[in-house]
Amino acid sequence: MKQYFSLLNSLFHFYYEGFCNMSDWGRKVWVIIIIKLFIMFVILKIFFFQDFLYKNYHTDKERSEHVLNQLTNSSDNHDRKH
Amino acid sequence: MIENIDLSLVDWSRAQFALTAVYHWLFVPLTLGLSFILAIMETIYVKTGNEEWRQITRFWMTLFGINFAIGIATGIILEFEFGTNWSNYSWFVGDIFGTPLAVEGILAFFLESTFVAVMFFGWNKVSKKFHLVSTWLVAVGATLSALWILVANAWMQHPVGMIFNPETARNEMVNFWAVLFNQVAVDKFLHTVSSGFLLASMFVLGISAWYLISKREELLAKRSILIAGVFGLLSSLMVAFTGDQSARTVSKIQPVKFASMEAMYEGKTNAGLIAFGILKDTEKKIGDKTIKEFAFKIQIPGLLSVLTGGDKDSYVQGLKDHISGNEKLGITSTPEKMQRGKFAMDVLTSYKRARLINDTAQISAIKGVFKEQDFRDKYFRYFGYASVDKPEDVIPNVAVSFYSFHLMVVLGFLFIMIFSVALYLLFKGTLSDNKWFLWIALLSIPLPYIASELGWLLTEIGRQPWIIQDMMTVSQAVSQISTGSVITTFILFAVLFTGLLISEVSILLKQIKTGPKH
Repeated sequence: MKQYFSLLNSLFHFYYEGFCNMSDWGRKVWVIIIIKLFIMFVILKIFFFQDFLYKNYHTDKERSEHVLNQLTNSSDNHDRKH
Repeated sequence: MIENIDLSLVDWSRAQFALTAVYHWLFVPLTLGLSFILAIMETIYVKTGNEEWRQITRFWMTLFGINFAIGIATGIILEFEFGTNWSNYSWFVGDIFGTPLAVEGILAFFLESTFVAVMFFGWNKVSKKFHLVSTWLVAVGATLSALWILVANAWMQHPVGMIFNPETARNEMVNFWAVLFNQVAVDKFLHTVSSGFLLASMFVLGISAWYLISKREELLAKRSILIAGVFGLLSSLMVAFTGDQSARTVSKIQPVKFASMEAMYEGKTNAGLIAFGILKDTEKKIGDKTIKEFAFKIQIPGLLSVLTGGDKDSYVQGLKDHISGNEKLGITSTPEKMQRGKFAMDVLTSYKRARLINDTAQISAIKGVFKEQDFRDKYFRYFGYASVDKPEDVIPNVAVSFYSFHLMVVLGFLFIMIFSVALYLLFKGTLSDNKWFLWIALLSIPLPYIASELGWLLTEIGRQPWIIQDMMTVSQAVSQISTGSVITTFILFAVLFTGLLISEVSILLKQIKTGPKH
């Protein structure tokens, strides 16, 4: 157990010191990464990119029925067109 | 319902996916290739103990880090789009697409959080050997990460190793190894990864050439050119070899794409390889599609037959063979495939109706039909043809396919020449004196990016109208969402990615101007 905590402590310090001593370009890219991840996961994912099937249907059965309808309705319409 | 889908929704969804994929691919190949160049440089440092090599490695590692950080997670947006814009497709492909992407995600996470951290934070903190192993693991991990994405894409080009389950409306993987060792996946992986190596080599060569033009960092520049020259030459030869192999596979597995790449409407023996050609529209048509002919061409007689079939008498299939069929060669016509697709669709429709009235005997019987090899091989493999209106609709954009393929090939040969000349001048000791070549090397940095994007353009445009070859059209795959929201996110992505690209280029340029820390 003691060894386990010692390993975790070393790992923490490895990352902590790495981030503290980061170069100028390193800090810049981290700012860009954080802004990018915020835009992607908070703005885009929540407001624009909700999963269509999971948002509109509650169970896998409903989702499969929807896809089945989408695929086969094209066939029905095809019949009517010709 | 699919006929009622606004085409602009399909077009905007395609444009959005293309935009994000193109931008994502600006970052990925440099990561793939530069990671190996770093590993080679660091290996030399560890073997020789020469501090100059350590400095060189750390300089290129800085540029790698900037590209890696800016590009990180840009691929996740593609996964967002699958769930939102392409939900029918995402559901239909089931775990075949999900499994490789999940493996890639886990691999990328562990790779990025551990070994990349050791690469950047570990100098002087871990042993030289452990650091070197970490650098190699980043290179191997990035390549393996690409493997899974390419396996998923290859399945879309050549769906294998699955059975469609009508109950879940999903394809279920029954043979993982068939999916992994799909011939298209093997070709695609080797060709794509080696093109990434080539791109990174040109990046290193070009920047090193700039240092020589500026008469600074000459030791770094020459040593880097040595590594980039050798690695780049080997990679460009591998790109040519795997590209040839890939084209051969396409000629067998996606013959319509291949005929479009060569703008070949009439099949023939002793088919010539077009080295250079300019297409023009004619009065002739296949259905409502205008046939293109060459206004000008330089052709090597018989070579295409030799490359695809082994001798000049071998027959290279044309687009008309696939539209009208060719009984002698056993090529099924498109109208026949449409009939078979329609039959498969009717079976699925019967299943749906049986499920509605809970006819368990009928449900069980139809589920059995979907498991029959004969039904899968002769009918369900053409499932997508049921929603094709006219036979000529299965012909992709011939001009885009032809030009993207041929320009990519021309650039491929140019890269072999550039790396060969770089090594020749380096070993002759006259590299710094030949300013003309240094400028060519510097100005060539964007060319592998162009070649790489052209490759993807050909891969994706060349298989239209399919999202999954023969099984699902792009129109069948799209979700019923508002076109306005797709346009909005298209603009958002364009702004976000352009911002990221400008940031990357400006930080990279600053670091290149600063040079290595002495």
